[in-house]
Amino acid sequence: MYPSDLKYDKEHEWVRMEGDVATIGISHFAQHQLGEVVYVDLPSEGDSVNAGEAFGEIESVKSVSELYSPADGEIIKVNSALSDAPETVNEDPYGEGWMIQIKLADPAQLDGLLSAEEYEAFVSEEA
Amino acid sequence: MTEKIAHTPPHAPSRGPRSLIFETGAPESRCVMPPSPDVPEIDLEEALGGALRAEPPLLPHVTEVEIARHYSHLASMNFGVDSGSYPLGSCTMKYNPRVNEDAARYEGFAGLHPHQPFDSVQGALELMVELAADLGEVAGLPGVTLQPAAGAHGELTALMCFRAYHVDRGDARSKVIIPDSAHGTNPATVAMCGYEVVTVPSDEHGGVDMEVLRAALDADVAALMLTNPNTLGLFDPNILAITDAVHAVGALAYCDGANLNAIMGISRPGDMGFDALHINLHKTFSTPHGGGGPGAGPVCVTEVLAPYLPGPVPYRRDDGTYDLGEPARSIGRVRSFYGNFGILVRAYAYLRALGGSGLREVSEQAVLSANYLKERLREAYDLPYDRTCMHEFVLSGSRQKRESGVRTLDIAKRLLDHGFHPPTVYFPLIVEEALMIEPTETESLEELDRFADAMLAIAKEAAADPDLVKSAPYTTPVRRLDEAGAARKPDLRYRPEE
Amino acid sequence: MRHIPVTCEQREAMLRAVGCSEMSELFSDVPDEVRLNRPLAIEGGLGEMELVAHLRGLADANEPASGLVSFAGAGCYDHYVPSIVDHVLRRPEFFTAYTPYQPEVSQGTLQAIYEYQSMICALTGMEVANASMYDGATALTEAAMMACRVTRRQRVVCAGTLHPEWRHTLATYAAAGNFDVTFLPSTAEGGVAITGWEAEVSSALEGGDVAALLLSSPNVYGNLEDVSAAASVAHDVGALLVVGANPLLLGVLEAPGIQGADIVVGEGQPLGNAMSFGGPAFGFFACREQHMRHMPGRLVGKTVDVDGNRAFVLTLSTREQHIRREKATSNICSNQALCALAAAVYLSAVGREGLAATARACIEKAHYLRDRLLETGRFAAPWDTPFAHEFALRYEGDVAAMHAALFDRGFVAGVPLSRLDPMVGDSSGNADDLVLFAVTEKRTRAEMDAFAEEVVAL
Repeated sequence: MYPSDLKYDKEHEWVRMEGDVATIGISHFAQHQLGEVVYVDLPSEGDSVNAGEAFGEIESVKSVSELYSPADGEIIKVNSALSDAPETVNEDPYGEGWMIQIKLADPAQLDGLLSAEEYEAFVSEEA
Repeated sequence: MTEKIAHTPPHAPSRGPRSLIFETGAPESRCVMPPSPDVPEIDLEEALGGALRAEPPLLPHVTEVEIARHYSHLASMNFGVDSGSYPLGSCTMKYNPRVNEDAARYEGFAGLHPHQPFDSVQGALELMVELAADLGEVAGLPGVTLQPAAGAHGELTALMCFRAYHVDRGDARSKVIIPDSAHGTNPATVAMCGYEVVTVPSDEHGGVDMEVLRAALDADVAALMLTNPNTLGLFDPNILAITDAVHAVGALAYCDGANLNAIMGISRPGDMGFDALHINLHKTFSTPHGGGGPGAGPVCVTEVLAPYLPGPVPYRRDDGTYDLGEPARSIGRVRSFYGNFGILVRAYAYLRALGGSGLREVSEQAVLSANYLKERLREAYDLPYDRTCMHEFVLSGSRQKRESGVRTLDIAKRLLDHGFHPPTVYFPLIVEEALMIEPTETESLEELDRFADAMLAIAKEAAADPDLVKSAPYTTPVRRLDEAGAARKPDLRYRPEE
Repeated sequence: MRHIPVTCEQREAMLRAVGCSEMSELFSDVPDEVRLNRPLAIEGGLGEMELVAHLRGLADANEPASGLVSFAGAGCYDHYVPSIVDHVLRRPEFFTAYTPYQPEVSQGTLQAIYEYQSMICALTGMEVANASMYDGATALTEAAMMACRVTRRQRVVCAGTLHPEWRHTLATYAAAGNFDVTFLPSTAEGGVAITGWEAEVSSALEGGDVAALLLSSPNVYGNLEDVSAAASVAHDVGALLVVGANPLLLGVLEAPGIQGADIVVGEGQPLGNAMSFGGPAFGFFACREQHMRHMPGRLVGKTVDVDGNRAFVLTLSTREQHIRREKATSNICSNQALCALAAAVYLSAVGREGLAATARACIEKAHYLRDRLLETGRFAAPWDTPFAHEFALRYEGDVAAMHAALFDRGFVAGVPLSRLDPMVGDSSGNADDLVLFAVTEKRTRAEMDAFAEEVVAL
């Protein structure tokens, strides 16, 4: 449920690191809490994001949640397939359901993220 | 499967979906055409300066009988107050007296043009002046505008008056405090009026937490918006201390009047220290909800705030005739013309039928009926705030969810099979799996008992056969809908190529 | 007791059931200091017969324009309402229902709104219409605020020829602090906002901060604006074009969507709603699909139920106050559903040919009346601009006296412009002798001839 090659934050996002590029999505726990995802509002490629600030929104039928960036950087890729198939976030949160890729300004900002084990412990407290 | 109880609309020869009106009739079908031309034909293209339509609009082609059957069928798929109990919390779904419907259609009211001479509309203006005075008396707040079209529109109007009042005193402010139990319109209104929302939690009794409130109050707070009785159906016994604390920092106190049906003739928001109140005529004063509107949301304010109300307002001249005038420091109008006049006629008729003592009896019975239902249901469902309630109370379906996986939504849907409209669910937000029940005074004891019996039966069904409840309803014109599909690929209009 | 079916005896039993011996115990949370210790001073207790007599008395104290030969318009029009409309509205399943939050038992309201949305899209040439707003003035104001969200800008430019009540509503909302308005001069000279005023318009649009240009066609004088030209000047500066339209005239007038409008709004009263002293009716609101998530108000969408049957449901609700609270697109939490239903039934009854024929009749009769009034020599044309079913003339004399004298003879001689709110941002100040005349399909040639003769006889 929580792949060990990913890092997590307490806003229930996951991060996959490849050099100075981070891919970001939401965790299994988050998609389950939301229920059926009906819309994902993502920024444009080339926009810059700051750690702790909202970069987008995710909606179910009767709720809206903000998506937070774990680090500063520039958005280099956006998963535009989600606009036609938002349900992918439910079906494959760690794969086809990814949201954005950012080029990190300072990869060290991600040092404080949780491991899969730590995140699972955090989630079981929250639930 | 256990026995299913049918909800049978009174005129339902057939059930289920029907063709769209666009898919009905034939291209040559006609219903109503204007009389033959009696003036010279003109060249429209030239007269309209080239703005002639290239393609005719895609409207239906139907005969009158097809219209009658289409809408009769649509009506049969609807549930209204006339279909059965409608205990929607905070919505006050009381009976809509028919004579009020007739009155609003009298040609002497319905045929009035808003800009015909004022001396030809004296009866209409008198009705508005009298209605405003009566609403002011119920509220204990003498300044009244009838202009707002709905409760949320009234909230906005009042906050605009607050803003103008503070600005006039050279004391512009930026924040409005709202309890976490508030209706969503409150924070949305605050934002629309250019203020910042400060949310404060409720205390363990469901009331305003005085310590938290005092800490949040400062010279930058424009107002507190409060619903009293609140959305838990509880009257806040600290109300005077609350409004005093608000006034002590120069802020104003706003009362959301959604729950006025509990306190008419018993306690007045003006006497509680509120500076403004909106009244939903479609809740407390029996005008119909119309499937979502039109209603009306008059606002009552203190004498100090009255000069800021939107104009024009009707008033009585010294010679006994009626006119419309502009308050001295008016914020300006908040809509066209004078208000939802046809709704005002209905509310006025209700007031004259009941009078002051009748209104008090309404509130007493509404409160008694709510407490009666609460007593009948307290064993079968959780009651998170166990106090004498006002006109509504909030149960929680947490036990059912925990023990059998049946959610409040399922209970609501199962009520449809039992022939009742469900209560308000998942509100207020501070109660998990909330069921907010407001029976109103117009339900008979037999009907209250039938509703309680249905709720008790569903609690048993949830324990014995949870899947039965989770898949409800079974007997309605359509069953549970694919709401996610509707939101993912919005189809919001008819397209003929389909 | 009226409308309270619980009997006295049952009441006592219910009190015992809740553990109270008297009613006042139920109100023990209400402190003594805030209790009202007297009856409300409100007259009442009328039985139904007395009530009807009383209400009839108030109604009879009015002289409704609908029973006179009326040329009054200015935002509210005396059109014929087909009989079927009110028969549908009187179905209690429609008028006693709440907002359709429980779709399984609200398919009637939901399908009717879906069909209404479709009809508004067809009339306006837009892709999405909401379930309706309070009225035309508030729909315009919501459009201005939506344009600010779409463009992330804070200022709108409003034509001086828009109905003054709409402009005042816009100004009231703007004063609440979320956006600014620049009003173009109220160009009484040419009777239009764009043509002839290009320099003023482009200077108002300068600055890169304009979210929308707002105008209506026909405008308050009844004149048609050059909507396409307005679209191009607005789009040139990255602003949206918001157009107010008369829905009945859209039977023959080009759809604003085709002319380049981004949001189309208007007052829906002409479609099957009684004048009713100005309310209730409804505002319609339509926009392009790309902007739909910024829209205010409720929307009905088509879907299926678990059995695969076609069904309708409120959708895209995450825009609204009950979910998004202070971040909602608007605080609106209702629509004028029954008035929108009246419009849908009306549009079904007249159909596309009937709507076009009705609009044509109004326009032809208005042109006829204008010619007749000019022939009297008592009126002068302030301009020679294309118009539809409403026009302004300058009266050579005392407008109030003329209006009153003709009212006594059974005519509502239009709406004197001075009767409307003062023009916001008026620069000319000479509109007081203008009178607005609206002509609907209800007026006959004989009535108009008689009216012109009475004018001559004054």
